Formats: sequence, C-alpha cells, structure tokens
Amino acid sequence: MVLSAVAQPSSQPGSRMSRQQQPQQHHHHHYQQQQQSQPQSRTPLKVTDNVVEVKSKFEAEYRRFALKRNGPGGFKEFYHLLQTIHHIPGVDVILGYADVHGDLLPINNDDNFHKAVSSATPLLRIIISKKDDEPVVFGTNSLQRRKKGLGLTGLRPTGSGSTHSKNKPGLMIGMPQNFRQISSIIDVDILPETHRRVRLHKHGTHKPLGFYIRDGVSVRVTPQGVEKVPGVFISRLVRGGLAESTGLLAVNDEILEVNGIDVAGKSLDQVTDMMVANSHNLIVTVKPANQRNNVMHRGSKYSIGNSGSVGSAGSSGSALSHDSPSPASQSNPITASNSIAEGDSDEEDDDGDLILENDCLTPYEPQQVNNGNSTNLNRDSPNTRPPHATAVRPLPQSISLPNSVGASLTDGSMATSRFSDDTASNSPESMREDGNIITL
Amino acid sequence: MKRFRRHGHESQRDRLKQELYQFNKTLEHGFPHQPSALGYSPSLKLLAIGNRSGAIKLYGDPGVEFMGLHDENAAVTQVHFLPHQDLLGKTNQSTLIYWINKVSIFQTKKKKTIYLPLSAPPSVTRVTAVLAHSSGELLLLGTEGGHVFIVEVPGFRELEERNISLEQVANGVPDDYIGRRNLEHVEALQENPVNPNQVIIGYGRGLMVIWDLEKQCALQHIPATQQLESVWWIDDGSYVLSSHSDGSYCRWMVGEEDLNDEEEKSDIPYGHFPCKAISKIIQLPTEEGPPFLLFSGGMPRASYGDRHCITVIHGKKHIALDFTSRIIDFFVIREGPRHTGDPSALVVLVEEELVVIDLQTEGWPVIQTPYLVPLHSSAITCSHHVSAIPLKLWERILAAGELQNTHYSKKPWPITGGTNMAPDPPQRDLLLTGHEDGTVCFWDASGVCLYPMYKLSTAGVFHTDSDPNDNLNQSSEGEWPPFRKVGCFDPYSDDPRLGVQKIHLCKYSGYLTVAGTAGQILVLELNDEAAEQTVEAKVVDLLQGQEGFRWKGHTRLDVRDEPVMFPPGFQPFALVQCQPPAVVTALTLHSEWKLVAFGTSHGFGLYDYQQKNNVLVKCTLNPSDQLAMEGPLSRVKSIKKSLRQSFRRIRRSRVSLRKHHVNNAQIQDANARLEAELAEMELAPVQRKIEARSSDDSFTGLVRTLYFADTFLSDSSHNSPSLWAGTNGGCVFAYMLRVPTVEHRAEEPITAHQAKEIQLMHRAPVVGIVVLDGHGAPLPEPLEVAHDLARSPEMQGSHHLLVISEEQFKVFTLPKVSAKMKLKLTAVDGSRVRRVGVAWFGSSRSEDYGESGLVVLTNQGDVHVVSLPTVKMQVHYPCIRREDVSGIASCVFTKHGQGFYLISPSEFERFSLSTRFVVEPRCLVEVPHSGTTKQNRSLRVMEHALLNDESEYS
Repeated sequence: MVLSAVAQPSSQPGSRMSRQQQPQQHHHHHYQQQQQSQPQSRTPLKVTDNVVEVKSKFEAEYRRFALKRNGPGGFKEFYHLLQTIHHIPGVDVILGYADVHGDLLPINNDDNFHKAVSSATPLLRIIISKKDDEPVVFGTNSLQRRKKGLGLTGLRPTGSGSTHSKNKPGLMIGMPQNFRQISSIIDVDILPETHRRVRLHKHGTHKPLGFYIRDGVSVRVTPQGVEKVPGVFISRLVRGGLAESTGLLAVNDEILEVNGIDVAGKSLDQVTDMMVANSHNLIVTVKPANQRNNVMHRGSKYSIGNSGSVGSAGSSGSALSHDSPSPASQSNPITASNSIAEGDSDEEDDDGDLILENDCLTPYEPQQVNNGNSTNLNRDSPNTRPPHATAVRPLPQSISLPNSVGASLTDGSMATSRFSDDTASNSPESMREDGNIITL
Repeated sequence: MKRFRRHGHESQRDRLKQELYQFNKTLEHGFPHQPSALGYSPSLKLLAIGNRSGAIKLYGDPGVEFMGLHDENAAVTQVHFLPHQDLLGKTNQSTLIYWINKVSIFQTKKKKTIYLPLSAPPSVTRVTAVLAHSSGELLLLGTEGGHVFIVEVPGFRELEERNISLEQVANGVPDDYIGRRNLEHVEALQENPVNPNQVIIGYGRGLMVIWDLEKQCALQHIPATQQLESVWWIDDGSYVLSSHSDGSYCRWMVGEEDLNDEEEKSDIPYGHFPCKAISKIIQLPTEEGPPFLLFSGGMPRASYGDRHCITVIHGKKHIALDFTSRIIDFFVIREGPRHTGDPSALVVLVEEELVVIDLQTEGWPVIQTPYLVPLHSSAITCSHHVSAIPLKLWERILAAGELQNTHYSKKPWPITGGTNMAPDPPQRDLLLTGHEDGTVCFWDASGVCLYPMYKLSTAGVFHTDSDPNDNLNQSSEGEWPPFRKVGCFDPYSDDPRLGVQKIHLCKYSGYLTVAGTAGQILVLELNDEAAEQTVEAKVVDLLQGQEGFRWKGHTRLDVRDEPVMFPPGFQPFALVQCQPPAVVTALTLHSEWKLVAFGTSHGFGLYDYQQKNNVLVKCTLNPSDQLAMEGPLSRVKSIKKSLRQSFRRIRRSRVSLRKHHVNNAQIQDANARLEAELAEMELAPVQRKIEARSSDDSFTGLVRTLYFADTFLSDSSHNSPSLWAGTNGGCVFAYMLRVPTVEHRAEEPITAHQAKEIQLMHRAPVVGIVVLDGHGAPLPEPLEVAHDLARSPEMQGSHHLLVISEEQFKVFTLPKVSAKMKLKLTAVDGSRVRRVGVAWFGSSRSEDYGESGLVVLTNQGDVHVVSLPTVKMQVHYPCIRREDVSGIASCVFTKHGQGFYLISPSEFERFSLSTRFVVEPRCLVEVPHSGTTKQNRSLRVMEHALLNDESEYS
C-alpha cells in the first residue's frame, strides 16, 4: 500500500500527471453541464440568506433544489427527499457531501446532515451512490483529484493532506500522512528463495539508513565442491536506523547486489560508494544469514490471491514489486501494489536537483537545503505510483458509501481481486509457477 | 532491419574509437626511486641505474632512454657493462641477469638468468663482487664464501678448472698474517690495466691477492690488516690503492716478488679521531700535473659522520663535495678516444639525484642534468599542465631560466651515447609543479626529457622562519674538511604554509596565479627585467560575519612591507590573503577579464587584479561544520614535525649501520616484525558506514572547482560573463558578472550578481564545471579566440552546462537550468571521479577529424574517456593501482589526451589516451658486434619503441 506523504502541488505539470488525468475525462461532459447550469440557478437563490441551494448527483443525473437553512429537518427526511427527487425509491444509497475544504464527507445521521447544511457556502453538493457499488473513500482531500479533473474552483487550491492513491479503495483508519513507505521486499518472483531484495526508501524519513558493511568470506557450492570467495556482509545495524527498523536486513547478511548490479569482485570501498550513491533509493539484494524466515510461508502467502500484480519473470527490468506498508504488517497478507522498474528510478533524482533561479534566490541558509529536500520528495512521490495501474482501472464514476469501516475492508479486498483480473495478462498461474520454480 | 542498421552504426563508432583512443604508458620522467646501483660504459657512453624494485634504466644522449625490469622484485645491487656489448645487472639473489644489448633491451626482454653452482649453500655462493674482464670473454664472480668463479661469456658456462678457490689462495698467505684463518668474502675484483691476465682479489678481512689468470697462481699477497672496502689499480699498473673501514687508504707497490708486506704509503685523510669507512677510491692521472684522487666517505665519525661526501683532491685543490642524500656510487668520465685521458667529469649517484661535476673548469661547477632531474627537490604539492605554449612566452621563460643557471658549468652534457630518433615535439608543452617550499618549477614537457626551464619562488613575498645565517655557515673559510654543498635535493621546508596548492597560467597573456596552504593567492606577471616592488596584500574575509567559529589552524603569512627585489621572470604584483587562512582548494584566472577566482573550505571570492579590488565574497560554510573551522593543518603540522625528528633519528642511526651483509639480519628482523603487525591489523574488521550524504557532513562548503564562462545565464538572447563554483556538498553557484568595456575597465567597478544555485540531489562533490556551446563543444579558453587559436564558440544554438560530480556527469540546459542527460558512474561500478579534464582527440586516420571528450581518472585508478556533449562512456583502461592514492591524487591531464602521475615522490609516469599525441622515446644505440675483431666491427642497431609509424607525429 502506498500512501504518499505529501500532496502534489496542483499546478505541477508532468507526464505522470497526464496519465492520471486520462480516466477522468469521462467526467468532462458532466463538468460542462454543470458549468452551464450553475450561473442560471445560482443568481436568484443567492439573494435569500435563509435558503441553502442543494445540488445532488446520482450516477449521471443532477438535481437542484433548495433547503431552508434554519429548519432543514432530519437525516431520514432528507434521505427520502433525495430518493424522491432522483426517482430512486427503495434503492439503498449512501450520501456524501463536499465540505469547504473539498473533502468528501458522509451524511448518515442528523448531526452530520445539519453540519453539512450549515457549512454550505453557498452550494451544498450531495453525492449519492449505490450502497453495493464500490466503496467510496472519505477523508481529507479525497475530492482532490476529482476537483482537478473537473476544474472546479472555489475549493481549496492545494491540500495539506495527502492524495490518496486511487487504485487503493481504502481503509480509512488514520491520517494518511502518518504512513510512509520506508522499505519493501521486491522481485520475490524472480529471485531464488534464499535471496531477498530489499528496497530502502530514504525519502521523507530523517532516520539514517543505519548500517555498516564489512569484507568477509562467502561459501559457495559449485560443481567442484565448496568454494570460498570474498564477499561483503552487513556488519552492524544502527539502533533506530532505517535498516534496523525494517526488520528485513540483519547482521551477517551477505550483500549480493546493489541496485541490480552484482558486487562480486568489487572492493568494500566500491560497494560502499555504490550504496551511498544510491542511498536515496537503495535496493540491496542480500542472502540473509538466517535462512529460516524466508522460505515456505512466503510462497503460500502469495498464492492467496494477492499475486495479481506480480510481473512476468522474464522482464526483470520492469519487474513488479510487493511492498509492505510497514514492518508491523509483515505478517499480514501483503497488499498488491505499485511496481517500479529499476530503470525508472533513474528519473527520480533528475527532478531531485534543487535549482534556484535568480528570481527566487535568497541569501544562503543551510536550512534552505533541508526545505529543498522535502521539495524533492514532493516531486518524486508521484513516481511511486504505478504507471499502468491508473490506465487499466479507471476511476469509478460512481462512489458508494460504506456503512462501516469493516464493510470497506471487505470491499477493499474485493476490489483488489478484481484488480488482478484486470491485469489478466500477467496470469496468476504463470506467476505462481515462476515463484515455485525459482524457489527450487 | 532496424537492428542491423543500428549494429552497423555501432561498429562504425567502434572503429572511430580505435582511431581516436589508445592507451599507452610511454615514459618515466624524473629520478628513479630508491636507486641502488650505478654503471657506465665509456665506449657506449651509456649510464645505467638499477633500483631497489629491480628496474634498470639506461640513459645516453638526452632522449635516449631504456628501461628494463627484473621479473623478481629484487633490488639491483650492481650493474656492469660487459666490454663492447652487453649489460649485466645483478640482483641480491644468487642469480645474475644478463640482457643482451644487441637487441632492444627491454622490448624483447631477451635475458638470461645464471644460477651459480647449487652444490654450495647459498650463503657461500652469494655474489659480492663482479669483474667483467676486458677481453669480453670472461666474467669473474667473487662470492660470500671467498671463492671466485670464472664464467665464460656469452655462453655463461662456468669454467670450473679456472675457478679460484679460497684454499688455493689461503695456502700462500704468510703465516704471520692475522686474518689468515678467515679471509671472509670477496670484496673487490680489479684487473691490471696494463696486463689483462692479472687480477687482484680483495678479501673482506683485508688481504689482497694478485692472481695470474693464465698461470692460475697467486703472484703477490698484499697483507692489509684493516677491513677492506675497495681496491683500485692505478693506470700504469704499478700501484694498487686500497681503502678501508677505518677511514684510511693505502698505496701498495705491485712487484714480482711476493710478501712485499710494507705498504708504500698509508693515510687517514680526515685523521686523528676515528673516521668512517672510505667506501670507494679512485686515482686517475692527468697528462700534465698531479693525478686526481677521489674517494667517498672517510669523514670524522663524531663530528661529520652524518655527511654524505665525496672528496676530490687534485694537487693543492681539495674539496669535500657534500651531498644531501646517501651516496650510492660514482664514476669519472675520461677524455680521449680510449677513455684513458684526463678526467673530465665526475658523475655521482646519490639516493635522491644524479650530480655531474665538471672537473676541467675552474671551481669544479656542476653540469646541469638534462634528465634524471629530481622533481622532488622539495616535495611536489600540485601540478598544472599547459599545452601549446606560444613561442614568445616560451622564449621569455627560457631566458628567465637561463639567468638562474649561471652557476652551472657551460660544458655540454658528457653522457652522449645513442642517437635520439624522436621527431621534434609537435608543440611546446609546459608542466608546472608546485612545491612544499613555495616554489613553482617550470618543466619543458614537450618531449622525452622533462627539462627544467625556470624556477619561481614565492617565498620572497613573505617573512619566513628561515635562518639567514644558514647560508653563511656553508661558505666559512678554512673549514676542515673543506665542504662544498652540491645537489638541489632539499626536503626540508622552512615554512609549510608556503606550500603551493594551486597554479593557473594563462599562456597568452603570461599572467600566472599561484595559491598556497595559508590562503595566499599571488598574481604574477612575466617581466624580463629585475624589479623592486612592494606587493600589496588584500585580506578577504570569507566567513562574512558567520559567528561562533574559532579558526584553530595556522596564521596568515606575514607579508613583507618593504619593497622586495624580484629577479627577471614571474614577479608578483597582487596578493590576496583569505581569512581564515585555510588552504586554497580551487583557483582560476581569466586574463581577458583580468579576474582571479579562488576558493577554500569556507567559501570563494573573486578578485579584480587590474583594479586590485575584491569583487565578490561568498561564504559556503555550513554552520554545523566544525571541522572546516578548526583548520586541518594544525594536526598535519605536528605530524610533519615528528616525521622530521624521526628522519633525523634514522639518519643518525644509519651512521652506525654497516654494509649489506651486516644489514641483512636486521632487515629481515624488521620485516618479520612489520608482517606480524600487519597480520594483527588485518584481524580487526574493517567496517564502512552506509549513509546518505547530508548537508551536515563535514566540508560540504569546501569549494572544489571554479570556472569562468561567457554564456547565457539569464536569458537565451544575451550572453554575459559568468563565474561558476562547485562545492564538496554538491552545490553549484552561478554568478553573472558585469565587466566594463576595455576603455572603462580601469575605473568602472566589476559587479557580480548571483543568478543560480543548483543543489545536486546526490550531494556528491562537484569536481568540474564545463559550459558547452551551441555545437556541444566546450567553450574555448580566454584569449584563445583572440589569438586565432580556437574557433569562436557557437553562440546561436543553446548552451549547456555540464556538471561533473564525483559520482556522475550531468548535462543541464541553459539559461533555464533543467536536467537533460546524465551518466552515472558510482551507482553503476562503485568508482568515483578523482581527476577530470577536457581534451581534444584527433583521429589517427583522418587529419581533420577530431572530438572533444572528458578524460576522467577514478579512485580505482582507471582512466575513462567520456564523449561530449552526449556524456557516453567511450573507453576505459586501468592506469594506476587503486592502492596508489598519491599517484591518483597527483594525476594531471593535458589538453591533448595525455597525462602525468607520480609513481614515486621523484618520478612522473607519462601516459597517453590519444592515438595522435604520443610522446615516447625513440632512440638508437649502435653496439659493436661481439666476437669480431676490432678492425672489422660490424655495427648492430638497437632500436626502441618504433611501434608507431611516423605519420602519427604529423
């Protein structure tokens, strides 16, 4: 699961953005409709202050009506009113409204209904979705992407929160910015079971990478027998460092590759320099010293149905990855998620250089550099989104409100499995085969 | 189809690469490190030097150079030329190595290894003395055991029946001779100059025996009682001189009758008190007048035991030549067709240099050596190469240099063997070396010989700790022994702050800037006349009010207030002193704009040397970087001091050490100890921390590179002068400069405005900045276009900025800076850029095709060529061992794809990456054919390195 730490600046252009906009073009004609209707109706209603203009939307249809600001009634009445207006009596629906910050918030009781009416300025936008449709995501800034697609003005230009990844019908269990990917195990399908490829994300964390390496002797089994060759090993983990906190690296793990490059024959200093040079996005392939943790249950986990996003073994360059959200969730089924081709990561630091042109130059302050760092992060974060996922799966046009968090959880997993069907080209069977064959 | 086409394109590129790039190590310039043996062939007029790592180098006429390397890494202890033909090297093992001189010496490596009879234990057969018999047919080998083996040449067959065993000799020793029970090893072997059948064998214990090779019997026993050091048979064969370990030498009459035990004459020249050994003695007659007597050593042990002296006595003249390093060996070149005339020159090999003394000119002046010049007369601290010097500047520098060399002898170089076949160098190249004592040496690096042209000292501008009485001491009258200092090797620096760290010379204007260890930047101008002037100092505060720091390093140099007399040559006229006085880490000069930019670990500045005014100061210091403030030199200084002390201790203790055979056990002991220490060190695991670089790292503000460019900084239609600076923390600053027109240059101020700042995300140190013009070619040097030596840069297309960090090469667009392409180095192979330069490579096939490229040296010691403007890796070659950190740090590139790096403190290795620009020795030595009579001497030709055809030098 990817939860980006920081919102994208809405003005940020770029190829990645345009990819995301693609599916939203479905909305375009709605937007035009809206634009046309708005000015006509809004002008007379604005005169009276005790009336709230309501615009409700169900599927592709809009209705406009007014509500008394002082006595709008209760939630139940409103619910029935909407069913009547939209001619959908008996259809179970979920109601949501857009608040001043552009966030989509639920209406499911009198309190939040009254809040919605009182905070409407001047228009109360209601979004109605069928209950058995896909779960809708509520939360801070959840309308952000819609807003951009629709070109609505009047909502807050940039959000302080995080953009929620759209392919992740989500569990809203906390503020998204509290989550940040710091590490992942990748390429499990193409690596031998005895090896582990770990990605450490230095971005957005102030934790040190926090490990040391040393020279050592590696024992290899060859047709000629056991052979001793020089190798590089993890010698120490810094307490509280990124490496330690992931739980994926341990002392005496042998370093086999750094960002896809074999370290055999390289000196300790060379390997050190390679790692430091890649420190912003370090991918190390290790042979864990403790081989008991990584064999069987890993394979079984993947066959549970999360396997959809794993790429074909042949194309290692664009191999997909399994990212674990946090160290704690290691025992949970790993959510299918984004993949980043190794070559792709090259692009990251292109944007990463902080360039100050003369109009924005200020006297040199070292703190500035830190700011710059977080700016880099912002620009890089869209990168962590899978390029193909958005294209494959368009943003749902209708949004449904889950009744509870529990319900959304089940919906979430449903969505995931459907997602894997969409990417049928990477068939789960072949993937499983790959995994098993390689682990032998 | 597409693939095929691309393949075709690639193979075409591959072919082009072969035409452009080729890696060769061509030459070693300078003085061989740790020389251990000297040899000379009067007939070939070739000099041979062997060193402790097993190399033998031959030198003749300037440009005639050969080198050979023993397979075993064993020191060469003796070098002998076999009469008429061959060269013999002797290593410290029981092997003799024999190069056949008739063929190219080291191209073919045709050599023989002789193993002495293995029946005896090695200690007995270890060769201690060698005599190449004048017949050219015999080789006499004296051994540790006291036996003399006779070997036939060139077959190297042992003539067993002719061997001179110790028993044969011992039988005839007089009974009353005290050392008869143990004559010890063979110390010396000499042939009778008038009777080749007679040889003298000198034994360590003192006994000498004159042996008749034909009759195979002893003719005379000379019972010297002191430990023998050397033997010399006088030209007319009537006397033998022997020198001894007590500092005495004796003259013995050679007579028919045996047991003439009365020595003719004995003398301890520096007498009374105990003296050190006379290790070698030579006496040579002159046509008219007294003979020359030369000997090394013999100094009074207590007072001058640490001096390295050769005494020359000729009639009333008596001088003790005092060298600054240990004497390895010496010989005398004699006049006449048979090399038997008057001595003309004394050639002395000391540990750090070769000194040649003219014995025919009054005062015995030194003849300047055209090669083998010690580069390290003071330790080299930096180097700078300037290609294609205009003739005018060249001549002026030469003229200034000649005025400095008036104390040298006018005599031509006496070692003239061989013929230099190398064509004249295509251009005049200068190599400038900066030294620890504040001097800058200008070397002619155009050809095979690295010839000293001119030496500049910057110390005169400052008050230094040097004791003015030092010079007075040397020339005091009536001193005994009569010392005379010779040689230029002087490793002791008066003040380490004087050390030269950066040099930049503009070859068109003759402006030179030199920056040093204590933050001093001098701007100098070439003046053909001596001039007395005061150098104004401008102190520049690079901290710009940053507070909370205390500089713990050295203080600023103290500038002389009074006018100083500067000799003709480069004379300083402006001085900037950085505050804090940290070592200058980057320096560049723009002679057209008359600006000098300088940087230290604290920031950088821009100085206008026309108005003598500082234009810009930028502090790059990170406030959390305490290390940069403390001044790294405070610690280095103390290390240096302790080094000097230990150096002196070693010198003192060396006095008491005796010759090789005594040393051996101690050396082995020391080696064993060292090995044990090393093994212990290896047990401790070496760890490397893996951490992303942060802005808090030490020395992020250290300025690594400075660059002037006339380019598009603010908008794409107006170019303007600009200054670029790159730091250790991966930051690039760009300043737009406003330079007034020439008419108003003197009065209107120059202004600088910061225009850009780029923080590379990977934060690796920025080591180079280059602006590429509209055609993708690097911008020319200042004044290069004005002198019609370069095409004007293309200002039409858009310019690009190339930033070279230790980890990657990255091209940005200009004026709006955005990344365009890059080449990653460290992320891919773990190596880092140590040195980088822009070079032009000409095609070997087509006269007018050439490409610019980046020449890169990595910390792994590999050299790479990276294409411009596409930043693609073209070729790479291993060049320097990765462990050789000082070699890598010393590397300097030329503008034509050549390079130099130090292989020892005293030697530069020259290499070339270009197919068109290769400087290598091409020479020829004519060797008389062996086995033929003297009348019918067929000449054989020895050639070296004629690998490439002449067209390359076009």
